[in-house]
Amino acid sequence: MTFNAPVLNYTLLSPILILLGGALLGVLVEAFVSKAMRAVTQLSLTVGTLVLSLAQVWRIHNEQSMSAAMGSVIIDGPGVLLQASILIISIISVFLIADTDHFTALAAALPGSEEERHSLESGNQVTEVYPLTLFAISGMMLFPIASDLITLFVALEMLSLPLYLMAGLSRRRRLASQEAALKYFLLGAFSSAFFLFGMAYLYGYSASVTYAGIRESIVGGSGNDVLLLIGMAFLTIGLLFKVGAVPFHAWSPDVYQGAPTPITGFMAAATKVAAFGAMLRIYYTVFANAQWSWSPLLSLIAIVTMLFGSLVAISQRDVKRMLAYSSIAHAGFLLAGVIALNKAGLEASIFYLFAYGVATVGAFAVVTLVRDSSGEVTDLNRWKGLGKRSPWVAISFAGFLLAFAGIPLTSGFIGKFSIFSAAYESGAKGLVIAGVLSSAIAAFFYIRVIVLMFFTDPSQDGTSVQLPSILTRATLIISMAVTVVLGVYPAPLLNLISHFSTFIR
Amino acid sequence: MNWLTLLMALPLLGSVVVAGLPKGNEKLVKQVALASTLIVMGATIAMAVSFQRDNVELQFVEKYSWIPSFGINYALGVDGLALVLILMSTILAPVVVLAGWNESHGGRWSVKVFYILILVLETMMIGVFAATDVFLFYVIFEAMLIPVYFLIGGYGTGERSAAAVKFLIYSLFGGLLMLASIIALYVMSGAQGGHTFDLAALSQLQMSSMTQNLLFLGFFIAFAIKAPLWPLHTWLPDAADSATPGTSVLLLGVLDKVGTFGMIRYCLTLFPEASKTFTPMILVLALISIIYGAILAIGQRDLKRLIAFTSISHFGFITLGIFAMTSQGYSGAALYMFNHGFSTAALFLVGGWMISRRGSSTISDFGGLQRITPVMAWMFFLAGMSSLALPGMSSFVSEFLVLVGTFTRYPVHAIIATFGIVLAALYILIPVQKALHGPTTPGNENLSDLNLREKIAIAPVIAIIVVLGFYPAPLLNVINPAATHVIAQLGFSDPVPTSGGK
Repeated sequence: MTFNAPVLNYTLLSPILILLGGALLGVLVEAFVSKAMRAVTQLSLTVGTLVLSLAQVWRIHNEQSMSAAMGSVIIDGPGVLLQASILIISIISVFLIADTDHFTALAAALPGSEEERHSLESGNQVTEVYPLTLFAISGMMLFPIASDLITLFVALEMLSLPLYLMAGLSRRRRLASQEAALKYFLLGAFSSAFFLFGMAYLYGYSASVTYAGIRESIVGGSGNDVLLLIGMAFLTIGLLFKVGAVPFHAWSPDVYQGAPTPITGFMAAATKVAAFGAMLRIYYTVFANAQWSWSPLLSLIAIVTMLFGSLVAISQRDVKRMLAYSSIAHAGFLLAGVIALNKAGLEASIFYLFAYGVATVGAFAVVTLVRDSSGEVTDLNRWKGLGKRSPWVAISFAGFLLAFAGIPLTSGFIGKFSIFSAAYESGAKGLVIAGVLSSAIAAFFYIRVIVLMFFTDPSQDGTSVQLPSILTRATLIISMAVTVVLGVYPAPLLNLISHFSTFIR
Repeated sequence: MNWLTLLMALPLLGSVVVAGLPKGNEKLVKQVALASTLIVMGATIAMAVSFQRDNVELQFVEKYSWIPSFGINYALGVDGLALVLILMSTILAPVVVLAGWNESHGGRWSVKVFYILILVLETMMIGVFAATDVFLFYVIFEAMLIPVYFLIGGYGTGERSAAAVKFLIYSLFGGLLMLASIIALYVMSGAQGGHTFDLAALSQLQMSSMTQNLLFLGFFIAFAIKAPLWPLHTWLPDAADSATPGTSVLLLGVLDKVGTFGMIRYCLTLFPEASKTFTPMILVLALISIIYGAILAIGQRDLKRLIAFTSISHFGFITLGIFAMTSQGYSGAALYMFNHGFSTAALFLVGGWMISRRGSSTISDFGGLQRITPVMAWMFFLAGMSSLALPGMSSFVSEFLVLVGTFTRYPVHAIIATFGIVLAALYILIPVQKALHGPTTPGNENLSDLNLREKIAIAPVIAIIVVLGFYPAPLLNVINPAATHVIAQLGFSDPVPTSGGK
């Protein structure tokens, strides 16, 4: 038996390899760099790695290849666009992560223990969150370009495992944070099991784990359809869990609430891009010919997700939980883009993912700023009169909310319009009507927050808005600028997306 | 020359200048805002002079690609109707700024923010009437809600935030229904020769009558909320009650016109068949609005709510005129929109002055103003006469045209609508009698009469009402060609008046 050395195209894989290298270096920094220098070294290393990776993505943006890693990875236009989106969203999220006040000094210490107190007092802040972030990002980068199920699963775990840890790193309310982490981990492990189960059935159906092989079997139509249906269903459950679609959403409000806010923002934005990116590729290429088997059920899930997310968000009193339910509703809108199954749907989804991700990071950036003496204030009742205290912060939060609500002249409107028109074009009129209805419902609770901030007199309970640090300010300004520019003049980005958005297979 | 873009840019520029002014100098802010609105008004009049009134095509057309991937253009153009409404908006803007010189003081935010919002709103008011790309129209239609929302919620009185939210939710809901229809039109245009939002191209689309009916409803409900037509009117009295008088003028005088304007520009043009199908139903709703608005106006104890309900009645007349599908009805409705802007402005502004002087908006708190504040009382009286369409006032001409236009096709409807005129006399004369005449009641002895600023502000409004009452030809000459054109396009010809005796 001869052993063939794998042939890897390092240039095409370099964005991911750079991230992995940066992450490993980060681990070394954690071990060897002095306490005083650690945070700043980690931050510059992480941002540098991300920028380098983005530059590398730019270098390969015109490449198309099926064989970058022995057929396990596809480099094509949508893949590059999604990778670039993930990196841009990650960079502005890392700016938020740089505020160490959100993170526990020593994650290994028990909550409330002497050890924890000691490390806090001595300022011995560990910064393992940076390498963890880079590991998670590398998984996210691999997820949408994977082209066989094994790689897809590896990428899924690569992005998930660091996120489970990161969710538990909150400095304050550590028990809630650890509960969130555990919940996320258990349910995530559960969904991974479903995912694997689905993979096994798909292998049983097509005797292949590659996307191309499974597609050929579906096109040929000679296999056992029961295996295909079971395989598709379980694989879909695993993916729907990651994007937080009903009925697989139960983790998201708790995790959003418990995780440190910068992590919540990062997770909400970047994970969605990665997971929907993978989903788009799978449904648009692998399962496209079995459309009539999955489309009706997925439409139902999309409709329920939109309506459920919007309706339940109305009754939320906590801003992070409200944003969690709003992100569930948005997952429903994005599913409409998957179901559309046409070029317009792909373009709309990529635009929406980017626009929504950037606005989400911006919204969570605002959440990190509203604090009292014991940390962040997420109770909406205590956000009263924010517009009076710090008009600019309140105005930017209102801007992000209006974008979520899809008001014209924000990126959210263009996103919503493009995704609904793509869905309508593919004949999914019910989806469009449900989407419009739930947008109306959703507008209600977004507006309620605006009313609280601007039209209610502030209460004297020590809630104040922290002066944003330079990095947080950068995040806010970038995300606001993107939200407005994409709302007023989206043509350049839309053209770019339309130029690149063809899956090769 | 890009007249319409210029008109839209000027107030926006003004708002930027206002934003850049130093803090604390409120007077300067107001002066700059007034100057900006006056310049816009001047520019609009200059543009209107060069309008060719016999040309039924769109004029001052501009078209630039905006989002090519969706076939969206920044496309503007006006016909007679749009021109008249833009003229009305830009004349009302300086009047509102001048008349409400001090109304921004009780707000949550600074005076500066108030005028920035007003100027941004003016840009959108011009844009919404000038847009000929359905997408552009929708964007402005929805974006307009935001400044109004903050104007009501930030500077109003009483339950201002609840009223602002009610207004926004109603409007957003209607807007989203319209969005669904727009998406459907867009997708159909893609299947029939390329994605476009061009109004003229969309009106050529082939669609089944079922589709047409559904899409018509999407648009119509949005406009009926805006207009507002019974039973979708319930947000209006609250909003008018809470908003400052100036905001109310813009809200009822201009923004609500977008509803009736939209019915003509979009419902009739895009869905002629569906418009005919739904006409009987809409006419009934219009009649209910006329009578219901009038009866509720009679029952109001609050001056602002009374004016709001009179407007519901008036919007009933406008809708009746539009859907009578005769050129007289159409001309009447178009003229009515213009006139209603000014008579409502007069009522709200004078009413607002009365309220701020007396510190109460309850009608029974007033009494004998005729003796104490003769000028203010006369102004209110004139405004009221214009609202009840007294001959000699501009609104008489339009109401008469609507009724004549309706009678030639729907005599029974016209007769029922006539009762609205009788009721109008009641809802105006009762407050006139209570507030202006009779003995001076306690609390009113020391009210001051209008000052020079207020007289200057109200003078052009009253002048327009009276002059157009005697000589409406300048406006009708602009509107009539468009009216005949639209009615002919819909496949109607005016019924020949019979000489009776059959």
